[in-house]
Amino acid sequence: MSLAVYILGIVAALFTLGVVIESLRRRHLRERHAIWWLAAGLVALVIGIFPNLLGIVAGWLGVTVPINLVFFLSIAVLFLVSIQHSGELTELESETRTLAEAVALQELRIKELERSLAEALGPKRNP
Amino acid sequence: MMGGMSAALERTLIVMPAFNEEEAVGAVVREVYATLPGVHCLVVDDGSHDDTARRAEAAGATVLRLPINLGVGGAMRAGFKYALAQGFDNVVQVDSDGQHDPAGVTELVAGLEHHDLVLGARFAGVGEYTVRGPRRWAMRTLSGILSRLTGTKLTDTTSGFRASGPRAVALFAQHYPSEYLGDTVESLVIASRSKLTVAQVPVAMRPRAGGVPSHNPYKAAVYLGRAGMALFVALIRPPVLVPKPVAAG
Ligand SMILES: Nc1nc2c(ncn2[C@@H]2O[C@H](COP(=O)(O)OP(=O)(O)O)[C@@H](O)[C@H]2O)c(=O)[nH]1
Ligand SMILES: [Mg+2]
Repeated sequence: MSLAVYILGIVAALFTLGVVIESLRRRHLRERHAIWWLAAGLVALVIGIFPNLLGIVAGWLGVTVPINLVFFLSIAVLFLVSIQHSGELTELESETRTLAEAVALQELRIKELERSLAEALGPKRNP
Repeated sequence: MMGGMSAALERTLIVMPAFNEEEAVGAVVREVYATLPGVHCLVVDDGSHDDTARRAEAAGATVLRLPINLGVGGAMRAGFKYALAQGFDNVVQVDSDGQHDPAGVTELVAGLEHHDLVLGARFAGVGEYTVRGPRRWAMRTLSGILSRLTGTKLTDTTSGFRASGPRAVALFAQHYPSEYLGDTVESLVIASRSKLTVAQVPVAMRPRAGGVPSHNPYKAAVYLGRAGMALFVALIRPPVLVPKPVAAG
């Protein structure tokens, strides 16, 4: 592996971590969404710094081509994040529904209140 | 001095976050009114599926019903907004499960004369409340770090039993974290970084009066990691300015 590739690996991992931490800092990302990306960035950083580690772990797990382990882990992380996002989207949709219902019911109550108020005040207002 | 305290209590709103607490909430509200004359009590019913709201209302509390569950932090921020809108100076959080002894509120509010945020600490030698295992360990580590940050010795930073003065109410009505553990841990960091002063007074903690606690062994196991995460995030975030207090009216 050339020095350029070695450095590129580390820089890419640091960049990922930097983006995630900056998003957290600016409140663009909530903790529970950031955690997967943080974990993935840290793993990438460790492997970037100690590339031999990848071969060792792949050997333990019986993965013949170490790079396949990287692909497998990347797909696993993406899969988990997608599942989490789908779940939260579903939850948000049901919360939006609940909120819309609450707003509609309140509007109805306010209209009825206004009508009964107008009836009570009516004789004075419209001679 | 007695007169001073009852005047302070009249400017104090007790906010009780409640989620499925029908067994305990009524008695707790009644005890609050009996122990603390002149105080106002707001129960924030966080989308409970049981009779919580009705029982709290029957006991005389004002009830804010959230149509969806926002968690303790979300419910508390709603409480702070209500306090600000209604012109209350102080907010005291009291759990609706009966674990916080309303008698302790007087001391918390007295502490607000000199500090912006006063925590009721459970391990400071009063009462019989104990926590074991990783949760206790996490609480200790957290307390150590937060003590250094706030410049005061804090022994129980995850306690929900706390009083906020006018500056803290104005701050928390805008910025109160809703993440699990964020509400207690991150709010302390936010407060100290906004230059609010923090103090703790020892309080007794009781077993819950009924119902079930919202945490379980699994939650306790991930407690340490989440607490660390909450602290890390709170520390890297830029400090927020205390909004100018709105003219009383
Ligand atoms: N608003 C709100 N309050 C909650 C929720 N879960 C628990 N609580 C309330 O928070 C307080 C403390 O909860 P509890 O389960 O006793 O936690 P513990 O005291 O830390 O063991 C009680 O008053 C609960 O009713 C929630 O999802 N939303
Ligand atoms: Mg409790």
